[in-house]
Amino acid sequence: MIIAESKPLAEIAALIKNARKILLVGCGGCVSVCLAGGEKETGILASELRMLRQVEGNPLETIEVTLTRQCDPEYVEMLANHLTEDIDCIVSLACGVGVQFLAERYQKWVVPALNTKFAGGTVEHGVWEERCGLCGECILYKTGGICPIIRCSKSILNGPCGGSQNGKCEINPDTPCAWQLIYDRLQALDKLDLLLELEPLKDWSQSRDGGPRKVVREDVKLD
Amino acid sequence: MKTASKLEKILSQGHFVVSGEVGPPKHANAEEIIEHTVMLKDYVDALNLTDNQTAIVRLSSIAAGVHVLQAGGEPIIQMTTRDRNRIALQSDLLGAYSLGIKNVLCLSGDHQSFGNHPAAKNVYDVDSLQLIKIVKDLRDEKRFSCGEELKSNEPRFFIGAAANPFADPFEFRVIRLEKKINAGADFIQTQAIFDMDRFERFMAMVRERDLHKKAHIIAGVMPIKSARAARYMQKSVAGMIVPEAIINRIEQASDPKAEGVAICVEQIKHLKTIEGVAGVHIMAVMWEDIIPTIVREAGLYPRPQL
Ligand code: SF4
Repeated sequence: MIIAESKPLAEIAALIKNARKILLVGCGGCVSVCLAGGEKETGILASELRMLRQVEGNPLETIEVTLTRQCDPEYVEMLANHLTEDIDCIVSLACGVGVQFLAERYQKWVVPALNTKFAGGTVEHGVWEERCGLCGECILYKTGGICPIIRCSKSILNGPCGGSQNGKCEINPDTPCAWQLIYDRLQALDKLDLLLELEPLKDWSQSRDGGPRKVVREDVKLD
Repeated sequence: MKTASKLEKILSQGHFVVSGEVGPPKHANAEEIIEHTVMLKDYVDALNLTDNQTAIVRLSSIAAGVHVLQAGGEPIIQMTTRDRNRIALQSDLLGAYSLGIKNVLCLSGDHQSFGNHPAAKNVYDVDSLQLIKIVKDLRDEKRFSCGEELKSNEPRFFIGAAANPFADPFEFRVIRLEKKINAGADFIQTQAIFDMDRFERFMAMVRERDLHKKAHIIAGVMPIKSARAARYMQKSVAGMIVPEAIINRIEQASDPKAEGVAICVEQIKHLKTIEGVAGVHIMAVMWEDIIPTIVREAGLYPRPQL
């Protein structure tokens, strides 16, 4: 899933400092699971912002709605009833995709309440880690299911580099070296021969470097 | 001979080579580089020019290489894949060769988080092994990395790569070295050696695979100025092993600098006896003027004349 975390309250407050009434929109998707932008967090943020403004003597009015998903026009449409004239600003607690879907659909100023971090998963309660580099052409079958593109600090494809020591990456003693992990796993599965061949240059045009990407499935399109 | 490199010539004649290293300055004046070249050119066969080492912005390695060349030295430009994509790398290879540079050392480079621009975006479009292959394909296949043909005047570099016997996993280090040689590395410079036992084990594995016959392996050494410097390298420099015994020797010496030189000279003399070691690379960054003393005391002076 997409992992996000809340921007600092002061930053969000500054983003809406000229608004008198705002619509806070939560998202029931990934950010709900990673406890950043679900219904509960939306409610908490709304009351925090109101309290802050109360103290400043500049009261803020809030409306809170949590959509099933903000990355789906079908659900985004449901916001239409809530968007009255007097709302100065929409605060989206979705990932960057949700923020943009709202901005595309509505003629209102939309600001993000979260920093969208990465594609990852829960490793323990309250801890999420990045796993996928979204490179557009999966190579996990060559690396024992460990992604060097995002888990190696240099995204190298023929690792490990000379900075790998005691299983750790050169950048930080707390960061595991992805290539040591790959090595250990391939060794355990008796597949070290996969590392003998030079991995050729990657086609990054499949990645974000090729401009915004699109997936089209003709078989499920309606028209 | 694959190239017109002097370094290749000296190595192929079977001489035990000596290379040194100059770190380009953090400003736009080449005086220091020229001074170092003049001081060192009779003591080393080639000089490495680091490429924004530890990710600190410095005068470019190619420009520094040209200054070395003009001052009568033989430059080995280091080229990392951290800051340039395949377009810029190939462009710079063409440019460097047009300026008379004949040796390139292909590296992945230190991560930008170590340097003075930690907020920079790294590139890593290619890694060091892929860069080796790019340089080789430009030279031997006369084609760019996209496959397009290079019609004439291909750059003919003598291709270097790094090996770090002190990084992990140890058993894989020789295999990775072999991958680099298969990708096209003609010579190898190793990380600074302090743990001689581990290096000996590494070289035994190198010989088992005959790698020393496929590429020239130049062993890295680094004179240490003080126990504090040694301790720092032991604790804080990624991919280095500095044994306690060496630190103790320097700590207990009445003249730590002289002891550092003595250790370095002993190491070089020992490395000369190891089968498959084709030379030494003396990394004395910020202490370049000690190189002549080390070369003399190690019995490596005078250098072969071409
Ligand atoms: S130490 Fe490992 S994870 Fe870190 S940059 Fe090198 S290969 Fe990648």
